[in-house]
Amino acid sequence: MPDSTKVNINNKADQQNTFDAIVVGSGISGGWAAKELCEKGLKVLMLERGRPLEHVKDYKSASKEKWEFPHRGSTTVVQKEKYPVLHRGWAASEPIMDYWTNEEDCPYTEKKPFTWWRSYQMGGRSILWGRQSYRWSDLDFEANAKEGIAIDWPIRYKDLAQWYDYVEKFAGISGSSEGLPQLPDGQFLPPMELNIVEKDVAARIKDKYKGSRHLIIGRVANLTQAIPGRTACQFRNRCWEGCPFGGYFSTQSSTLPAAMKTGNLTVRPFSIVTRIVYDKDARKATGVEVLDAETNQTYQYHSKIVFVCASSLNSTWVLFNSATDIWPGGLGSSSGELGHNVMDHHYNLGAFGMIEGFEDKYVYGRRANGFYIPRFANLFGDKRDYLRGFGYQGSASRQGWSREIAEMNIGAGLKDALTEPGPWTIGATGFGEILPYHDNKISLDKNKKDKWGLPVLEMDAELKDNELKMRKDIVAELKAMFEASGIKNVYPYETYYSIGQGIHEMGTARMGRDPKTSVLNDHNQVWDAKNVFVTDGACMTSAACQNPSLTYMALTARAADYAVEELKKNNI
Amino acid sequence: MERRELLKLIALATGTAFIGGDLFLSGCKNAPALGGATFSENDIGFLDEVAETIIPKTTTPGAKDAAVGTFMTVMVNDCYDKKDQQTFHEGIKKLDDACQKANNTSFMKATPEQRTSLLTTLDKEAKEHAKSKGKDDPNHYFTMMKQLTLFGFFTSKPGATQVLRHEAVPGHYDGALPYKKGDRAWAE
Repeated sequence: MPDSTKVNINNKADQQNTFDAIVVGSGISGGWAAKELCEKGLKVLMLERGRPLEHVKDYKSASKEKWEFPHRGSTTVVQKEKYPVLHRGWAASEPIMDYWTNEEDCPYTEKKPFTWWRSYQMGGRSILWGRQSYRWSDLDFEANAKEGIAIDWPIRYKDLAQWYDYVEKFAGISGSSEGLPQLPDGQFLPPMELNIVEKDVAARIKDKYKGSRHLIIGRVANLTQAIPGRTACQFRNRCWEGCPFGGYFSTQSSTLPAAMKTGNLTVRPFSIVTRIVYDKDARKATGVEVLDAETNQTYQYHSKIVFVCASSLNSTWVLFNSATDIWPGGLGSSSGELGHNVMDHHYNLGAFGMIEGFEDKYVYGRRANGFYIPRFANLFGDKRDYLRGFGYQGSASRQGWSREIAEMNIGAGLKDALTEPGPWTIGATGFGEILPYHDNKISLDKNKKDKWGLPVLEMDAELKDNELKMRKDIVAELKAMFEASGIKNVYPYETYYSIGQGIHEMGTARMGRDPKTSVLNDHNQVWDAKNVFVTDGACMTSAACQNPSLTYMALTARAADYAVEELKKNNI
Repeated sequence: MERRELLKLIALATGTAFIGGDLFLSGCKNAPALGGATFSENDIGFLDEVAETIIPKTTTPGAKDAAVGTFMTVMVNDCYDKKDQQTFHEGIKKLDDACQKANNTSFMKATPEQRTSLLTTLDKEAKEHAKSKGKDDPNHYFTMMKQLTLFGFFTSKPGATQVLRHEAVPGHYDGALPYKKGDRAWAE
C-alpha cells in the first residue's frame, strides 16, 4: 500500500535522524559538549554550519615556508574588498584567509561599529584562537552582586573549580603556579619560559610595586610536554594555520578524536541550524531544523537534549528564531534579556618601549605565548574612578629586519646592519572588562538576509563611561610601570577598537537565578526549555578581564555532566 | 590568535606604515581597485637593479638572487590600491629621469657608484617626504621600492636562510640564547 510505504520511509528517516543529543556548533564549546556526551554513552549528532576541516591534512599552509606564499603573508586588494571587516585589524593574513567566514555570504548590520570575526568550518575558532587560558576567581563571580551591576552569577568558583581541573588536564594548559587570588592556579603543564629581558622587567615590577603587581608567563593551551595522541609544541608560532603536530588545543586535535573514539558521534557539516523545534505542551525541545548550506534542503533532527554552542551571538540567533509562535522574541526571550548584555574585552592599547643592554642575549625558537600582567586595579584596597579592571599581554623581543635604521640608507651597510638583530623592545596591550549593559544588544535585522535568505544580526553596542575611563588608565598605568622598570622611550599607543574585535563576544543569553531576569539557569539550561543548554560565551553574566575560553570549556563539561544525570533521572 | 603579530605591526607602524598593508595601519581609506598598467620585462629588469642597489650581493646573496624585481611587481599588482599603483609606475620613469639629470645616463647604464649615489639621495628625499606629507598626499615612489625590496628580500628563501637565520621547526625555546656581534638575526 502506498501509504504504508510512505509511513515506513518516514519512520526510517525519523530513526536515522534521531539521536540522544544534538550539539550545535563544533568550536571549543561544541567540541567539549560532543566529547563529554559521547563519553557518557549518548549518541550525539554534532552540527557544523561550515565545511569539514580535517586535522593536519587540511592545514594546507601550515608546512609551507614564508617564501612559498606569493604575497609573503600580505592580503590582496581583492581580499580587502571582499573582507572589509577582517581588515580592520590583524585577522587578515594570507595563509588563513580560507579559515574566515565569507563576509559577502554572511553579512551583519552595524547599528554601531561592531567587529565580528567568524570562522564557519569544522572546529570553528578553536583553530584560530589565541589559546590564553585563565581561570576566573570569586572576585569575578561575586563582582556583579557586590557592586549592584546587572544580576548576580548563579554560580561561584567552588562550582567550577573541579571542572577547571578536569578540562585543563585534558586540554593541556602550560603555566606557572603563582598563588594569586585573582588568578587561581590550575592543573598546569610546565610553564613556557619568560625571556631574559621579560624576567628582568618582572623582577623590577615586583620590586617597584612591592609584590602587588606581577609579570608572569602566559598560561596557554600549548603543550610543553607530549600527551597521548599529541606532540609537544614545536615553537613555530604558526598556531592559527592549524598545527600539524597537534601542539595546541583545538577541536580537531583534542575533543573531536576523543568523541570519535567512542563510536557515538555523528558529524554533519554544512548544517545551518535555523531553529530549535519546541514542543510547547512538554515545554521541551524535540530537536532542531537544519538548512543544508550546500543544497538548501531542510531537515529535522530529533533528540532528548540540545546543546547550543554556535558561538555567543550565533547561539542567540538560533534562540531568536526558535519557538516564535509562543514567544515572538524567541526561545528564552520571556526574560526580556535575550540578545542583551553584549560584552567583549576592549584592547588595542598600551605602550611600547626600548630596553637598554642585553646585547649579548637573544632567543631561540618562536614562542607562541607572551607575558601576562594579571589584574591589579580595584583589588586588595586599590581604588579607581571606574569599576573592575584589566590585564596586560605582551612580550619583549629584539627587533628584526623591518626596523627603521635612521642613519642607514641603502647598500651593503644597510644589508649588514639588518642582518643582525636590533635592540630589545617590549610592548603590551591591555585587555579590559566591559560591564553588562542591558542596552548593549543584538537583534534580528529582518530587512537584511544572508546568502540563504536568513535574517541577519544587527549589532547595537558601544563602550560606555566605565570602559572609556578604564582605557585611559590602561595606557597611563602601563606607561608608568614601564618607566618605573627602567624602560626607555616609552611610547603609549591606542589603535582602533570596536566591540567584538577582542573576539571575546560574551553575553546575550545570560545565566542567572531568576527566569524573569536571565535566559539560563545555574546549569546553563534555558529556563523555558530545560533540555536546551547554552554553554558558550552567550551564557556569561559578566565578562571579567581574563580570556574566556577556558571558562566555556569548564561550564560545558559541567553542564554535560548535569544533563546526563538529569536524563538518567528522567527530569528532562 | 597571534596578538603578538599585532604588536610587531604597530612597532613597524611607528616608523613608516607599510604601504599596501592593513588598511587600519596605513590609514588608507581609498576604495582599492585594480589598475590598468602592467609591468614589462624591462620594468622587472629595472626594478631588479634598483633592488640590487639597495640590497647588493656581498659575500651573501643580494636582491637579484631573490628575484625581488618580480616580487615587487606581484605586490604592486595585487596589494596596492590604484593610487599607489600609479605612483609606483610613474616612479620608474621618475627614477630614470633623476638618473639622467644627475649622471647624464639611464639608470640601467649607470655605474654601481652612480646608482648608489642616486638612490641615497632619493632615500633622503623619500624620508623627508614621509615626514612632511599630508594624510591624503601620495606616498613617495622610492619608499615603496625600498619597502618592497626589504620585505621581498628578507622573506625570500635566500634572504631568510642564507642572509638571516631560519629554523622551520625550532622544537624548543631558549629565552637567553648567547649572542655575539655578527651573529645573524632570525628571519622571523
